[in-house]
Amino acid sequence: MTRFILRRSGSLILLLIAVSFITFTLFQLGPADPASAACGQECTPERVAEARVALGMDQPFLVQYADYMRGLVSPRMIGAPGAESICQWPCLGKSFQTNEDVSDIIGRSLPYTLSMAIGALVLWTVSGVGLGLLAALRKGSATDKFIVGAASVGVSLPIPVTGLFLLLVFVNQLHLLPFTTNEIASPLGPQGPWAWVLNYLLPWIALAVLFSASYIRVTRTNMIETFGEDFIRTARAKGLAPRTVTFKHGVRAGITPVVTMLGMDIGLLLGGAVLTEQIFSVPGLGFTAVRAAISGDLPVTMAITMLAAFFVIVANVVVDLAYAAIDPRVRLQ
Amino acid sequence: MTQLQPGPLATSGAPSGAFLDVRNLSVKFPTDDGLVSAVNGMDFSLERGQTLGIVGESGSGKSVTSQALMGLLKGTSAQVSGQALFQGRDLVTLPESGMRKLRGRNIGMIFQDPLSALHPFYTVGHQIAEAYLVHNSATRKQARTAAVEMLGRVGIPSPEQRFDEYPHHFSGGMRQRAMIAMALICEPELLIADEPTTALDVTVQAQILDLMAELQAETNSALILITHDLGVVAEVCDSVLVMYGGQCVESGAVDEIFYDTRHPYTLGLLKSMPTLNSPSGRLNPIPGQPPSLLDLPAGCIFSARCEYAALAGDGVCREQRPALQVENGHGTRCHLSGPQIITIRNSR
Repeated sequence: MTRFILRRSGSLILLLIAVSFITFTLFQLGPADPASAACGQECTPERVAEARVALGMDQPFLVQYADYMRGLVSPRMIGAPGAESICQWPCLGKSFQTNEDVSDIIGRSLPYTLSMAIGALVLWTVSGVGLGLLAALRKGSATDKFIVGAASVGVSLPIPVTGLFLLLVFVNQLHLLPFTTNEIASPLGPQGPWAWVLNYLLPWIALAVLFSASYIRVTRTNMIETFGEDFIRTARAKGLAPRTVTFKHGVRAGITPVVTMLGMDIGLLLGGAVLTEQIFSVPGLGFTAVRAAISGDLPVTMAITMLAAFFVIVANVVVDLAYAAIDPRVRLQ
Repeated sequence: MTQLQPGPLATSGAPSGAFLDVRNLSVKFPTDDGLVSAVNGMDFSLERGQTLGIVGESGSGKSVTSQALMGLLKGTSAQVSGQALFQGRDLVTLPESGMRKLRGRNIGMIFQDPLSALHPFYTVGHQIAEAYLVHNSATRKQARTAAVEMLGRVGIPSPEQRFDEYPHHFSGGMRQRAMIAMALICEPELLIADEPTTALDVTVQAQILDLMAELQAETNSALILITHDLGVVAEVCDSVLVMYGGQCVESGAVDEIFYDTRHPYTLGLLKSMPTLNSPSGRLNPIPGQPPSLLDLPAGCIFSARCEYAALAGDGVCREQRPALQVENGHGTRCHLSGPQIITIRNSR
């Protein structure tokens, strides 16, 4: 098992380097000219050239990449010669807009995204797997049909629809919940965990409605298949209690596809739920990335893109490890 | 109905006194196309220490019979009727909670494919110990000791180490040994083996059969062996029940079934066994297909495929369902007279 973990971690690092290189290249080749964006409108060609030097863009591409990567391991100086300023470790560059360290911007946005992701994740996993399992156990019953029906409605509701609907009903009409505020970034803040829950409840629900629908369907399908397996019949033939048969023998075997989905969805969501953050005005990574992209703030956009890729890759490795923990056959290879 | 009791299977006389006494057991499955009659009016009984073989082709109702006895059809849409008295308790009407106490403890079951019948995510030892723990108030350690001992008894070398291995580390024969260990760890009085050797190599088949016979002798348990392999039946069974289309078409002591065959279907089965000295060098299958269980014929279920149906005369085979006629413990469900059968048998 230790070797398995080491091997997967090794490939993780290689993959991250590759992803960073590709992302860096893409942004270099992109149509945006960071130098003219940085010096603003009505810029003389001389000022653009100066800006180019200040941004280090007069250097060859590989040197720029090496500088960028160096920033990931140690602080470095950024700016035109004579007007340099320090970029603290981990250095992801400085914002063209505010000259702030990109890592500070990310550090500020990440808690919002985490707050949204964690709650939504718990909500949709519990409801998705729970309802899917219930539907599988009651296959063909009215309960099953209702759950499957609700899931197909849920999966076809886009976030803008559920999000705005929830806001309209619970905030505007019923006044049951406050409008999402920027002041609560984590459950450890001065307002306490309950305020945090209330603040993020609506985005959680909006995400959960969308995601749990597919979890219900995947769980249901896989559990029905698993309950038909020979080893379930063996478990019953041993005289095990129905609960043991269902959970210990059934769920453990039938849940693996859900683990895969969960890993991928966590990875994606940590990179920022762009639409949800926009609708609920949560200044998380997605929200920040959109604003940076619109204003041509290249270092911020790139850093968030790389971070999102990082989350997806790490989630993949975690899924692999979880698989190995669940299924002993995986550890063989 | 009393004359329908196959004798050698019911040596103890009064039905309720038998160890296992099955009367008129039927299983029907509702489907979109109608009611499927998987098992129709099975009668048999069994004593401890005896081995009953249930033979028949796929879809003849062998496995469904065993699942009905095991109560595995409870909670499904299957409609089970009739009576199956096991030590005086009716397995058909026993509620699931009561059935659960019998499963594993009093009735053990072995399945066809040991790889799919074992849980891939738990160690073999864990799965055997689990079967012990359900029915015994024991610590995990005691269960482990019992499971290791059982693994040794079924002939698994270095059982202490094998305990912690997963089913995919075991070979096919070893897996089936592990299944047997799991089924027998609580020393059930009745063991139902559903095609236990079908998924195994021929060389391993014999070992597994020997092992089952050995353990059966040790514990004096009764064994129901479900198979389509007449060779296996000849080797280990005391009595045989031949099933066709969900019905018992012939039953009796193993020698009588093989040497005094009374039913054309059983004759066909025996004839279809591959032999090395077949004159034509070809196999002799029974022509035709088994009847649809959705729509069984009014007459003899085998009549459509029976070469000798005309001999009974007046289309009686096609119009009238023959009753199970028992003579000296040898039961057969056929319109042909004894002398007619003997003529047919000798003409082969």
